[in-house]
Amino acid sequence: MTDFSVVGKPVLKVDSLSLACGAARYTADYEVRDPLYLAFAYSPVAHGDIVSLDDSEARAMEGVVDVFHAFNTETELFTTAGQGYPEPSPYDTRLFNKRVRYAGEIVAAVLAGTRSEARAAAAAVKVEYAPLPTLFDPEKAMDKESPSLHGEDGAYAPLPVPFRAEENVAGEVLFSFGDMEKGFADADFIVDETYRTHYTAHCALEPHAASAFFDEKGRLVIVATTQVPFHARRTVSRVIGIPAHMIRVIKPRIGGGFGSKQEIILELYAALAAWKHKRNVKAEMSRSEVFTAARTRHPMRVRIKTGVKNDGSITALDMGDVMNTGAYGAHALTVLSNAGSKVLPMFNKIENMNFVGRAVYTNLPIGGAYRGYGATQGYFAFNQQMDGIARRLGIDFLDFVKRHHIREGETSEVFKAIGEGTEGVSQIIRSCKLGECIDKGAEAIGWNRLRGKKVTNGPVVKGIGAAVSMQGSGIPQVDMASASMKMNDDGSFHLYVGATDIGTGSDTILSQIAAETLNVPLEMILILSSDTDLTPFDTGAYASSTTYVSGQAVLRCAEKVRSQILSVAEKMTGATPENLVFKESRVLNTATGEETSFSDIACFAMYSHDQFQIQASASFTGSESPPPFMAQFAEVDVDTETGKVRVVKFVSVGDCGRPLNPKLVEGQIEGATMNGISYALTEQYIFNSKGKMTNNSFWDYKLFGTLDMPEMKTIVVDSDEPTGPYGAKSISEIGINGPAPAIANAIYDAVGARIYDLPLTPEKVLKAIRARTEG
Amino acid sequence: MKGSFLVNGRTNEWAFEPDATLLDVLRANGHPEVHRGCDEGVCGSCAVLLEGKLVNSCQVFAASAMEKDILTVAGIGTIHEPHPLQTAFVESGAVQCGFCTPAAILASLALLRRNPNPSDEEIHSALDGNYCRCTGYVKIIEAVRLASRRMSSHD
Repeated sequence: MTDFSVVGKPVLKVDSLSLACGAARYTADYEVRDPLYLAFAYSPVAHGDIVSLDDSEARAMEGVVDVFHAFNTETELFTTAGQGYPEPSPYDTRLFNKRVRYAGEIVAAVLAGTRSEARAAAAAVKVEYAPLPTLFDPEKAMDKESPSLHGEDGAYAPLPVPFRAEENVAGEVLFSFGDMEKGFADADFIVDETYRTHYTAHCALEPHAASAFFDEKGRLVIVATTQVPFHARRTVSRVIGIPAHMIRVIKPRIGGGFGSKQEIILELYAALAAWKHKRNVKAEMSRSEVFTAARTRHPMRVRIKTGVKNDGSITALDMGDVMNTGAYGAHALTVLSNAGSKVLPMFNKIENMNFVGRAVYTNLPIGGAYRGYGATQGYFAFNQQMDGIARRLGIDFLDFVKRHHIREGETSEVFKAIGEGTEGVSQIIRSCKLGECIDKGAEAIGWNRLRGKKVTNGPVVKGIGAAVSMQGSGIPQVDMASASMKMNDDGSFHLYVGATDIGTGSDTILSQIAAETLNVPLEMILILSSDTDLTPFDTGAYASSTTYVSGQAVLRCAEKVRSQILSVAEKMTGATPENLVFKESRVLNTATGEETSFSDIACFAMYSHDQFQIQASASFTGSESPPPFMAQFAEVDVDTETGKVRVVKFVSVGDCGRPLNPKLVEGQIEGATMNGISYALTEQYIFNSKGKMTNNSFWDYKLFGTLDMPEMKTIVVDSDEPTGPYGAKSISEIGINGPAPAIANAIYDAVGARIYDLPLTPEKVLKAIRARTEG
Repeated sequence: MKGSFLVNGRTNEWAFEPDATLLDVLRANGHPEVHRGCDEGVCGSCAVLLEGKLVNSCQVFAASAMEKDILTVAGIGTIHEPHPLQTAFVESGAVQCGFCTPAAILASLALLRRNPNPSDEEIHSALDGNYCRCTGYVKIIEAVRLASRRMSSHD
């Protein structure tokens, strides 16, 4: 393996000391001169027309400057999803809708002198609703008798993709290859099961916030908790009607995103209020508002029907997904697509495959991007069904997976069949160490020692389960990243990237790539990211794209800078290019032994000869999306008297190509894994019969803390992805896919009961155990 | 109302609403390192040391904290002279988005002051009030172990 000096090393995250010392600034920390504050009024009804809205009492209250609502603020239809342009999500919402479609929808925004004045006035906005029939069950959304949520308001898809508002279909994905009828006819047995996943929230610890204020030239500066600053500028411009050149979006430090901040929400309201009143405005969500006014993980019904021969081959697989997108279709088509496109290539030897996916509207909170992005939902079903099939065949699950999974040099028809809502991009897998991941994980969890042994301690039975998954590295031929660099006279470099570090460490990874390419220590790279005035464009922090896509842009940019340094060094020294070699922060003439420092080279170019500044820019769009792979293993103790499941140990083994920063890679896997465990066991939205979330508080929505965590083991298996920067693929999302199915498979291993619905609560486990014993 | 607040060793006279929380008052007066994560006393992002005890500042009335010794993460070390706990968090990879970090460091400091060599179980107990959504806690626990080793060898 090539010896690198900066990549592949656990260098310290470039912003971590400032974060640990409390010096770093988040959105809400920005001091804004003489601000006004925004607060919101929300619909208490899940479906209804606003008959009248009386803001007179609110307007008369102390400090109130304005009240915005559907009767004084009209906007075009748009989507809050922060995606490429045009977005694959339907344009089905306005800033204020006259018809509300879920309990918790924003119906008015109050602008006042203080936060408490704004909140008090928001509570005084009187709204009269004419209730409409509600739709809470996504599986009934397409029934003729169900109300159509968007059939009358002109909602449309800006891209030529399936959208049928009258049927509540926000997105549809269909594909098929082979001969399904023959496939199932050839099977010795068919397994047909339905799994269901639930509503959950990202729970980034920093609530959504936006500040909009004016610079000295009268331009609007928006500092926001965003994963997509460039999409935010575009969407704010279009929806509020502010020329884009008058808007600057700045992303400061971000307190976690996980997809929740790939959505443009508060930016719009803050910009609306600031632009109208030419005043500085601050907006910040409370925790309960984040639960219901921001986005969620789309719940999904996943039906998989698999035809199997007794020799273990799979003759056909049919996947049918109904995804609940809630009241509006943010990311509906694309999350749905990923439930197929990131799951089905895993078993690429299946010759007959069919996928029918529909994203449907309901009168419930809005789905959105969430780490895993559909793959998490799909893999919950896929891994459990394959576990069951392997058991029925009498084959070890891990052997069964190894027989069927995609390998290096292979492809899958699925890659071509589904992209982001439209046709995909064909690709060959160039790096895959899933087999090694499985072996290492099996050893770490004690698979051979514990699987199927049902070690019992009183009422507690131990079980072992596993799950495998793959993700992607950016959206091929869609995601684009740019970088620019300039060389300073001390031999340091400024690196400007549109890529958005939301806590992921991308500022560090991208600096490492630049430092490696230019042979300088990391501290000689001064990175500035995500400011629409100062940095070049990047689609944003999503789709596991930054290391792979933005990383390639930085690599190309740094290579251009490197060749400029060489040509200046040639002029300075008179050496021929083949005699010039890069050493740390200098160039060596191998013919003479003479060394020229980067500082001298930069100064020569700047001050002495043919004067210019060494600088370059580059852009990159991936033509493929190499998947990372992961095998995850759970050891659980199931209490057969109470149904309580305790995860004792959890092992995650991942292949992300060459880990550019092993410590950050482990951190991504560990964070995603813990989120996945918490998702599997305790997190869930609970609704009352009127569709209102009743547990929108950290008191009632249980996240895992340090006392809940199992023993965690993370193993990184190196591979070399030839299309990636220094051999890297992505790692940010994949770790959340395995915990739920691995734990469910472990529960089955312990007690022989399969749980088809998330979360895996004691009630469901106990019920399944009892059904099994009674049955 | 007005009151005197002793924050990180400095006395300040601040005006505040009678029902303001300590979190509100700190954030309004130049201490944005104290973070508002939930405002309901669960996530722990707003934790500070009040008379040496770890408290969620969103659950403390500012009026009750007047004249008392308040410590935020900015008071234990700076980017130029970091505290061993801050260095340990950085070196262990325990800082991802960093939003929970200041409070997690203070929770660790409170632990190590009363128990310089805590067991893993004691570390888990002491940090259970500090949610982190990025790290899965693994490297936070490692950071506390590392700091414990370094700080006790210095004593």
